[in-house]
Amino acid sequence: MQPPFDILPALLRGVWVTLELTFAAACLAFVISFVVGFGRMSKHLPLKILAAAYTEFFRGTSLLVQLFWVYFVLPLLHVNLTALQSGILILGLHFGAYGSEVVRSAMMAIAVGQTEAGIVLNMKRSQIRWRIILPQAFMIMIPTFGNNLIELLKATALVSLITLKDLMFQGTMIQNTTMRTTETFGLVLMIYFCLAYPLTLGVRWIERRITVGRA
Amino acid sequence: MEKQNDAVKGRPIVRYHKIAKVFGDQQVLTDIDLDIFPGEKVALIGPSGSGKTTLGRLLVTLERPTSGTIEVNGELLWHKSVNGQLLPADEKHLRRVRGQIGLVFQQFNLFPHMSILQNVMEAPVHVLGMSKGEAKEQATAMLNKVGLGHKLESYPRQLSGGQQQRVAIARALVMRPKVMVFDEVTSALDPEMVGEVLAVLKEIAAEGNMTMLLITHEMAFAREVADRVIFMDGKIVEQGSPNDIFVNPQNPRTNAFLSRFRQA
Ligand SMILES: Nc1ncnc2c1ncn2[C@@H]1O[C@H](COP(=O)(O)OP(=O)(O)OP(=O)(O)O)[C@@H](O)[C@H]1O
Ligand SMILES: [Mg+2]
Repeated sequence: MQPPFDILPALLRGVWVTLELTFAAACLAFVISFVVGFGRMSKHLPLKILAAAYTEFFRGTSLLVQLFWVYFVLPLLHVNLTALQSGILILGLHFGAYGSEVVRSAMMAIAVGQTEAGIVLNMKRSQIRWRIILPQAFMIMIPTFGNNLIELLKATALVSLITLKDLMFQGTMIQNTTMRTTETFGLVLMIYFCLAYPLTLGVRWIERRITVGRA
Repeated sequence: MEKQNDAVKGRPIVRYHKIAKVFGDQQVLTDIDLDIFPGEKVALIGPSGSGKTTLGRLLVTLERPTSGTIEVNGELLWHKSVNGQLLPADEKHLRRVRGQIGLVFQQFNLFPHMSILQNVMEAPVHVLGMSKGEAKEQATAMLNKVGLGHKLESYPRQLSGGQQQRVAIARALVMRPKVMVFDEVTSALDPEMVGEVLAVLKEIAAEGNMTMLLITHEMAFAREVADRVIFMDGKIVEQGSPNDIFVNPQNPRTNAFLSRFRQA
């Protein structure tokens, strides 16, 4: 292949790792969003405090420092995770903290009249939450979840700093050996955009679908 | 009207006893004693902020009384008796007693993510444990009754306000409550839709056996349908037959309140 595209195969090997990491971390973040989001709305005070502390901690500290902690500090405490495991864990926990806020605020945005209608029909609290509030709140969550997913994809570049061979890592390696700095990072930039842009379009499409449905 | 009044006496199905309700530092209800008898149609009228909605909400546990007791069909709503001792009611007790009451809100509060049919089937299936087939049959029958049998697959947002309110009425009725509270169910509607909803209420009233608490500003409707009219303003000011209240009110405040409607 002609330069600059001769370095593309090596970069694409990194793309696979980036996608794998994004997907696994997104799944983890999704689950955590609901567990912690519901925890924050719990009537049980200790649970509520725990969930709030979790959210504040992960939102209030740097993602990179969190990664370094898990990958470089935990081994000193005899907890050994691979770079991929560390990346998935921290990205999942970090974006789960943001996601829990999305879940909580969407649930609280549903009019109190919906809950009251459920009570008057003699539904159980759990039925009201799962059958009445959540399906409506989920529609509100989708666009924000989509945007968080894009943020997550872009944030995965940080894992190159804990030696995970993702797109960014491959780019850095090629740059180190070939010194073709502009071409390499130019391509890296374009690939990230090509990954993220379809997501952006997807989120917009879903957003439109939802507003049409609600109108 | 008079003879109907005699027929419905007996043991009250709803009994408010010395009910007070305070929100913050505002006393909204004071010393409410009110018995409602099976099959009775009671119209509740009064100025804005007089506590009518609060009185209705107390009966479906959306509000908790500050003091006093409420009985439904001889059973305390907020307390349960264990070995002759009165304890605060738990969720299970509240649900059992509350199951006899239905309420329709001014703002409909339909579930927007469900079709009309699903709105009406939801509680029969998930609260009463009815089979889907049976629930669908009953929900369809009820929607037919309120004139919406042709809209089963529509969503609330596709209906007019009057149609939505009729769905809300069907959704409450399908639970077969013994008592129905209607809280100004026509107040959020455009004037041309008030009639269709009142017609449904009149039909339910005409069937006779439903106990109805009608909170309303529609005086002509109250006069036509009610066995008893209560004028309240934080407390019960005056009550009597529609004739007593509308033609010959004893209390000057009732008179002042009603004169606004006479002019209109
Ligand atoms: N949850 C609440 N918290 C605080 N104050 C409340 C609450 N609910 C009702 N109130 C107050 O209690 C008073 C009585 O309200 P309520 O809604 O029962 O009146 P109403 O007779 O139904 O009036 P309207 O005819 O306007 O519907 C009002 O002053 C209202 O502001
Ligand atoms: Mg009211």
